[in-house]
Amino acid sequence: MGRADRPFGDVSIGSTMDEQRDEEGIVLTEAQKRARRSRSIAIALALAALVILFYVMTLVKGPGVLVRPI
Amino acid sequence: MSLVSEGADFRGSLAAGAGIAEPSLATFGDYFALMKPRVMSLVVFTALVGLAVAPGALHPLTGFTALLCIAVGAGAAGALNMWYDADVDAVMIRTSRRPVPMGRIQPGEALAFGLTLAGFAVATLGLLVNWLSASLLAFTIFFYVAVYTIWLKRSTPHNIVIGGAAGAFPPMIGWAATTGSVSVEPILLFLIIFFWTPPHFWALALYRTEDYLRAGIPMLPVVNGDPSTRRQILLYTLILVPLGISPWLFGYAGAMYGATAIVTGAGMVTLAWQVLRERRPVERASRNLFAFSILYLFLLFAVLLVERGWGGLIARLAT
Repeated sequence: MGRADRPFGDVSIGSTMDEQRDEEGIVLTEAQKRARRSRSIAIALALAALVILFYVMTLVKGPGVLVRPI
Repeated sequence: MSLVSEGADFRGSLAAGAGIAEPSLATFGDYFALMKPRVMSLVVFTALVGLAVAPGALHPLTGFTALLCIAVGAGAAGALNMWYDADVDAVMIRTSRRPVPMGRIQPGEALAFGLTLAGFAVATLGLLVNWLSASLLAFTIFFYVAVYTIWLKRSTPHNIVIGGAAGAFPPMIGWAATTGSVSVEPILLFLIIFFWTPPHFWALALYRTEDYLRAGIPMLPVVNGDPSTRRQILLYTLILVPLGISPWLFGYAGAMYGATAIVTGAGMVTLAWQVLRERRPVERASRNLFAFSILYLFLLFAVLLVERGWGGLIARLAT
């Protein structure tokens, strides 16, 4: 945004902060942050377990795991 | 306003609530509760028996993967059930503290969670074990959610008779995971759970009739009354007990299983007879039958596992 678009130039700090607050959207509480963190960790662990499971099962099944009838 | 339409209003308010949902406070524990862990444990146990008694070799890790996928698939079905049934769960004492009616998880979150788990469970089982067991798992989830939860549960007093098939599939899925096929033996295990389900749930419904009435669920005691339900319980028990003995009669199980099935089967018939003779407000026989029916099914499958499956599992682990 150029200077010509802002009638008070760089002086209107209050309105700029309000805009910033609007742009922040919903601010999470500490409890919501903790819940989100626990969910994120659970998803990460589940995905890691899935990767390990596929890796180990590929070893178990051997090279033939990719040979499948179409 | 009828009970059913009150339920519909509640569903509407839940949907509206989902649209303006606050950031979720749901934790890992809430999502785990959404998977109905107690039902999941019974599903895993019966699937383990089907997997272990089946002939043929199965690598222990493949067996573990199959059980994990079946457990997650059962959890997915539980989550989808709680998504759809949030309105009736809220008005029933037994289910009112579940995560969705308590507001800890939004219905939309439960739906997304259930669909994601179902997709991963079926795909993983198909890719890492075999596609027959994956197809059976997919059909079981579909049957439990679409046929039982969405269609039958609110429309017919025979809801748990037909819907009980969903709970009867796990040993067949376990068997299919090992053998890649289905034969008479897993069908017998299926039939045992299928005919066990009505006496088990109707015994519960006899002393929870008001709960089901309040939720507008047409369980047999609500629609046909007490005496009819008590007769039906005895009838299904009389079909169940010979089916319970049949694996021994057909030579699929040994003497220990036969003796267990006969003794516990006699217990089931005795309790079903006591339920038939009992009249409200006494509900002791119904409670006893409900509790004993769980022990009955557990014992049948546990003895089968010890007698047929355990030796095979140890041999597979050793090789």
